[in-house]
Amino acid sequence: MSRFDLIIVGAGIIGTACADAAAALGWRTAVVEPGPVGGGATAAAMGHLVAMDDDMAELALARYSIRQWQAFADLPAAEFSRCGTLWVARTAAEAAGIDARVARLRAAGIYAQVLDAGDLQRIEPLLAPGMAGGMLVPDEAVVYPPGVARHLLDQALSHDAQLYAARRVQALIHHGVQLDDGTQLHGRVLLATGGQLPELVPELPMRLRKGHLVISERYPGLLQHQVLEMGYADSAHGQADSSVAFNVQPRPTGQLLLGSSREFDADSGEVSPPMLQRMLQHAFAFMPSLRRLRALRTWTGMRPTSVDGLPYLGAVPGRDEVWVAAGHEGLGITTALGSALLLMDLMRGHTPAIDPAPYSPARVMQ
Amino acid sequence: MTEHYDVLVVGAGPAGLAAARAASGHHRSVAVVDAQAMPGGQVWRHDVAKRSPRAARKAITALDKVRWLSGHTVVAGDTRTLRMESRDGAHDVTFDALVLATGARELHLPFPGWTLPGVTGAGGLQALTKQGWPMAGKRVLVAGTGPLLLAAASSLRSHGAKVVGIVEQAPHHRVAAFAGQLWRWPARAAQAVRLKSHLAGVPCHYGAHVREAFGNDGTLQAVTVENATGMQRIPCDLLAVGYGLVPNTRLAQLLGCRLQENTPHPGVQVDGACRTSVANVFAAGEICGIGGLAMARIEGTIAGHAAAGSRHDILAWNRRHARARLFADILARTFALDPSLHNLATPDTIVCRCEDVPLAALDGLGDLRSAKLASRCGMGACQGRICGSALTELGRIASPGVRPPLFPARMESLAAAHFSSTTCDHRGTS
Amino acid sequence: MTAADTIRLHVDGQPVEVPRGASLAAAVAHATPHFRVSRNGQPRAPLCGMGVCFECRVQVDGEAHVRACMTPARDGMRVSTHD
Repeated sequence: MSRFDLIIVGAGIIGTACADAAAALGWRTAVVEPGPVGGGATAAAMGHLVAMDDDMAELALARYSIRQWQAFADLPAAEFSRCGTLWVARTAAEAAGIDARVARLRAAGIYAQVLDAGDLQRIEPLLAPGMAGGMLVPDEAVVYPPGVARHLLDQALSHDAQLYAARRVQALIHHGVQLDDGTQLHGRVLLATGGQLPELVPELPMRLRKGHLVISERYPGLLQHQVLEMGYADSAHGQADSSVAFNVQPRPTGQLLLGSSREFDADSGEVSPPMLQRMLQHAFAFMPSLRRLRALRTWTGMRPTSVDGLPYLGAVPGRDEVWVAAGHEGLGITTALGSALLLMDLMRGHTPAIDPAPYSPARVMQ
Repeated sequence: MTEHYDVLVVGAGPAGLAAARAASGHHRSVAVVDAQAMPGGQVWRHDVAKRSPRAARKAITALDKVRWLSGHTVVAGDTRTLRMESRDGAHDVTFDALVLATGARELHLPFPGWTLPGVTGAGGLQALTKQGWPMAGKRVLVAGTGPLLLAAASSLRSHGAKVVGIVEQAPHHRVAAFAGQLWRWPARAAQAVRLKSHLAGVPCHYGAHVREAFGNDGTLQAVTVENATGMQRIPCDLLAVGYGLVPNTRLAQLLGCRLQENTPHPGVQVDGACRTSVANVFAAGEICGIGGLAMARIEGTIAGHAAAGSRHDILAWNRRHARARLFADILARTFALDPSLHNLATPDTIVCRCEDVPLAALDGLGDLRSAKLASRCGMGACQGRICGSALTELGRIASPGVRPPLFPARMESLAAAHFSSTTCDHRGTS
Repeated sequence: MTAADTIRLHVDGQPVEVPRGASLAAAVAHATPHFRVSRNGQPRAPLCGMGVCFECRVQVDGEAHVRACMTPARDGMRVSTHD
């Protein structure tokens, strides 16, 4: 029987979150995925559940989603670690904006506190001396995205969802999809294909924004919080061809996960030594003792980036029963659960918990 | 400061030393890099208590003519530059031609108890012994497969260990047939006789393998050895077990060299002049497929001449190369692994030692990528070398692609600027 | 052996002597059979002897994750086998 209530294309963090939500509603759900579950951008991701406060629509979706993430705090597969987020200002100018940021987060129900230079040194001794100040968001956490994706899919399967593994959707057909082995599945379609969205829906602009990561050997207890530089959003929301922004995370294993870089129109997905060099040199300015730590692996990930950095969440205009949840840039993990709930509400004609307009695919048609 | 050489040789074992000697004979500037402090690789490893074999000493004196970069680990690179890390930091070396002689490592197969302190590879314990590991009076059982077992056992005995047995998985009739052919390679025949006589009195088990290792307080106490007819418990202090060798091809792969096909542990593909699929990269020795010492020296010589641009000298080596390959093929057939060795690990047996992943955690996960993501297998410090080769042997999983760093490297080594403005050029010094 | 031919160092506070040219792994083995502890708390010691398995990692003069089998023993080294 190839008739479904919902056919989800892609089993990354977005697709699996949607599959879990749909199957829990009692919908007969199919999931199509050519590779390992959570094996694309999801596997490259840092897994940081973070509220960025500089774009209100992004903040709304993140806040909504982060609330859902609390249910995963005790799930072993998620490797949920509430290390908190420490934002660090290097200059007085950066520090000047902290009070406003704390206020914005608190207004969104996210507790944040201002830190002075002395506080910073005390709670995160690895930081280079001379930082201007910072902000701590103590309740934020990190997770292991492929583990969560696998769990979400298993939940969906336990509610009779069907997985078409090692299969790729070749084309959209009338009220359905055709797979690469000729199989046709019929039903409403939800595309959660991230950076590959244009293959099936070329009218929704999508760019790949390459990022580099490095993970270290185990150094338990060395780093206390996920640390970001205050200017991180400038890199994320900027339009430069390439940029780096300091970001380091303590994994529950004791390993340090280091990022970040952003590059449009990269030649390939290969690790780029000059980009790696730039990212690391920038990081050493914040934490000089990173220099002597042993790097175990380096890799890259391609962030699916929409026309304005906000995901496409909703019905694709001009196509019959084709929906989309893709283009989350660097906030895919954070906003996955909220994205899924939003889609379920929209598909049922219910009013979603947050205003869906900023993420509407129709916005690009104007 | 970046150094430049006409020919850079990676690996100071028999193949690398031969390549360096051949290349430097053509008045090319040559450098040899090796992660170990002393040259010799594995088979000619420096021994704190004994003099190296004469051939090794002769080969090593050839290093007098070349730049010797000891204690340097190659962590990244491309077809013009290698980045290497030492105790003092990292630096780049550029080259016109590259000879890869990175040798082989042992194939370690998981079985119950293999993670106990006291269980090592066969070549592994020989290496540790040469490094000065306390061996006097220790009861050692040597197991696995191949002539390496005899060489290791002999070495251990020379250093004061009590070799309580040799357990060879190949059946006796195959090993006997192999021995019967040795007269065609007189030097090897003589060596075999020497080894056998040095090991007189040591019980040899054929068609047998170690089933399980047992310990107390986290150290080895005894093993069970199994053959077609039954099991035997053998008390021992050390178990030196190795199931053959696999080529160290990661640097070659990083540089884009094509590997052999249709073989579980492929070496680098080379032509008659030891040229790889990458124009200025040559390969010699075990990295091209397990061939033994003679093969390594012949190929190293060919690769060294070829890297120096000399075609003429290579022809003289073709016949010896062919004979060595013949021997290598016979070795491979004689000591091919019995399929029963694929079933030694139980669901509880750790297969990824770095991340403590048991075999059961890989159930239902077809490819290595899924296995890695779900279980963390292969994500640890050894970068999937130990578990990857084992799982490939068990028929499970294909090897993944290679990314830098090739070995865990300091963050500052990856962050060092590529190509400084001053290049110290050692081109063509006589 | 003369004094110059001997290396003296400390492993977990215990004095150890090895010949010059010996590896740090050999030195540690004179003091303890256990080099490190696995992820699940099992004691481990070298497997491969040639820098591949990373089971011989110890802390040397404050630096973690040093492969003992690839490191020559040097006078005055302070080695710790606790992970």
